[in-house]
Amino acid sequence: MANNGVVAVYGNGVLADSKKSTYAVKVGLAQMLRGGVIMDVIDAEQARIAEEAGAAAVMALERVPADIRAQGGVARMSDPQMIKDIKNAVTIPVMAKARIGHFVEAQILEAIGVDFIDESEVLTPADDQHHINKHNFHIPFVCGCRNLGEALRRVAEGSAMIRTKGEAGTGNVVEAVRHVRTVLGDIRRLQALDDDEVFSFAKSIAAPYELVRQTKQLGRLPVVNFAAGGVATPADAALMMQLGCDGVFVGSGVFKSGDPVRRARAIVQAVTHYNDPHVLAEVSSGSRRGLNSELSILGLRFRASGSRCREPSVICSHAGCRHPMISGLYTWDHCQDVSI
Amino acid sequence: MAVGVLALQGSFKEHIVALKKLGVEAVEVRKPEQLIGLAGLIIPGGESTTMAKLAEEYSLIPALKEFASGGKPIWGTCAGLIFLADKAVGQKSGGQALLGGLDCTVHRNFFGSQLNSFETELPAPAALTELGGTESFRAVFIRAPAIVDAGPDVDVLAALELPSGESGASSLEKKTEEKGKKVIVAVRQGNLLATAFHPELTSDSRWHSLFLKMLPKGGKAEVQQAKEQETEEQVVRVLRPFTDPKDLPVFRDSSFLVFE
Repeated sequence: MANNGVVAVYGNGVLADSKKSTYAVKVGLAQMLRGGVIMDVIDAEQARIAEEAGAAAVMALERVPADIRAQGGVARMSDPQMIKDIKNAVTIPVMAKARIGHFVEAQILEAIGVDFIDESEVLTPADDQHHINKHNFHIPFVCGCRNLGEALRRVAEGSAMIRTKGEAGTGNVVEAVRHVRTVLGDIRRLQALDDDEVFSFAKSIAAPYELVRQTKQLGRLPVVNFAAGGVATPADAALMMQLGCDGVFVGSGVFKSGDPVRRARAIVQAVTHYNDPHVLAEVSSGSRRGLNSELSILGLRFRASGSRCREPSVICSHAGCRHPMISGLYTWDHCQDVSI
Repeated sequence: MAVGVLALQGSFKEHIVALKKLGVEAVEVRKPEQLIGLAGLIIPGGESTTMAKLAEEYSLIPALKEFASGGKPIWGTCAGLIFLADKAVGQKSGGQALLGGLDCTVHRNFFGSQLNSFETELPAPAALTELGGTESFRAVFIRAPAIVDAGPDVDVLAALELPSGESGASSLEKKTEEKGKKVIVAVRQGNLLATAFHPELTSDSRWHSLFLKMLPKGGKAEVQQAKEQETEEQVVRVLRPFTDPKDLPVFRDSSFLVFE
C-alpha cells in the first residue's frame, strides 16, 4: 500500500511496468461515468433492468434509502454475496456502499472486487469523527458533501469522486439543489477572490489550502461531481445537469416508481439530452401515472418516518449542534459541524 | 473545420478540451442532424452499453454508418473501439448495437474490473513519433477492452505485452498467449482509428493530432456548408449545447493531485 503521496506499484506485480490504482486511474473511472446515471439496485434483476435502460453503473444495496427511512434500524454494508450476484449479472461497473469511517467494510468490498465504493451517509455512520483514509485503497471512492469545504476535505482523504448530498429516499429534490448551489456558489465566490485572500478562505471553509488554490485555478471541483438524493423525475435529473453536475445518482426514484423500466430509460435520456427541452418534454410525457403513484408511496413513507421525527429522543452530540435526531435514523445531513 | 465528439455519455468533455488545445473547433453530437457538416467524429470512452442504448434511441446508428461510409474519419477510444469493431465478445446478455467497420474482434472488459485498471508507458508507433515527442506514450486503461483478433487490412499501431500471470480473459487469454503474449490496443484501418486506452486522460496530444491528420484536406467548403446549414436550421444551432471551457485537470501518474 502507498504511503502518503507516494503511489506504489500494486502488490502482485501482474503487469511489470504498469501502475495500478494511481490517482489518475481512480479518477479515470469516474470520468468514464460522466454524463451518466448511477442507479440503486437491490438484486440482479433490477441491475439488469438498469443496464438495459442505459445506466452507466449500478449501486448494489440491500435496501434503497426510502426503505431505510421507513424501516429505521442500523443500515450497514450489503451482503457481499448479494453484491457478487449483481456483479455477475451485469457488465457495467458495480458500486457498493460502506459506512462512514468503516474501513473494514471497505476492505471487504475491495476484496470482492467492486468497481467503486461509496462512503455513504445514507448508511449509519461507524465513526462520527473520522472518514476512511481512502489513499490506502486500490478502489476509487465517492463521498458526499454539502459545501466546498466538505468536498475538498473528502478529496484530501483520497476520494476520487464527489456527490453533492440530497435528502435520499424522499423524491424531493430541494436538498440536492441546495447543496449543488452551495458547492458551485462557493467555487464562484472563490474565483472572485484575490490570490492573497485564498489562504483565509481556505481556513474559513476548513479545507487544505493547496486544494482550494487548485479549485480556484480550475474553476470547478478537481474531481468528478455527481448529484444525488431526491432525484425522482427526468426533469429533476436534467436540472442537476444544467446546474453544473457531471452526472446523477438515482436511488429510490427508479424502482419505487410505478414503471421502473420506463422511468429508468427516461432519466438516462434526460441526463444525456439535459439541454434539449424538446427531448425532455418527450421523455417526461406519459409517465404522469407512474410519477403520481411513486410520489404517493414516497410521500407516505416519508410522513411515516417523519412523524417520528417530531418526537425526537436524542439530540445531536456534535459541538454546537443541537439538532434533534431519531435513533436509528442518524444521518449527518443536518449537522453543520465543519470539522467532520 | 469542426470535429464532432459523440456526447451521449462518457469522457466527451475531455476530448473537446484536447481538441480545443490543438485549436480545433469541437462540437458535441447527440442527434443525427448534428453530424451534418462535420469533418470527423470521435467516439469517447464511457460505458459502451449506455452509449449504444442512447444511440439506438435517437437512430444515430444508421446516421453514423452513413457518416463512416462517406469516408469521414472516426476515432473510437475504449467504448468507442467496441462501437467500431465488427465483432465484440463478453457483452451484456442480449448484446448491444455496434457500428462496425473495423475488421477485428474486441473483447469487452478484457482486463477485468477496476482493480485491474492501470496505466503504463507504451512504445510509440512510427505514425506517432513523426509528430515529434518521446519514443513512448502514456496509456491509461480503465476497465479496458482489447483487440484479440485483427484482420489482414488492419494496421496495428500499439500492442501490450501480457506477463504470463495475466488472467484478464479466461478462454481468449490462451489464444493471445500463443501469439507471443501480446494483445493489440491501437489500430487503424482506412478512415477508422481505434484505441483501447484513453489519450484524452493524458496531456499527450499526439493521438489527437494523428486523428486530425486523417481528416480530409481542404475542408473549407465543408465548413461553409455547415455554416449555411446552421443559419437555415436555427433550432439545431440553438440546441447545440454550449461547452463549458472549465474541465477536469490531467492528473500526473505518480502523485496525488498534481496536475499537468
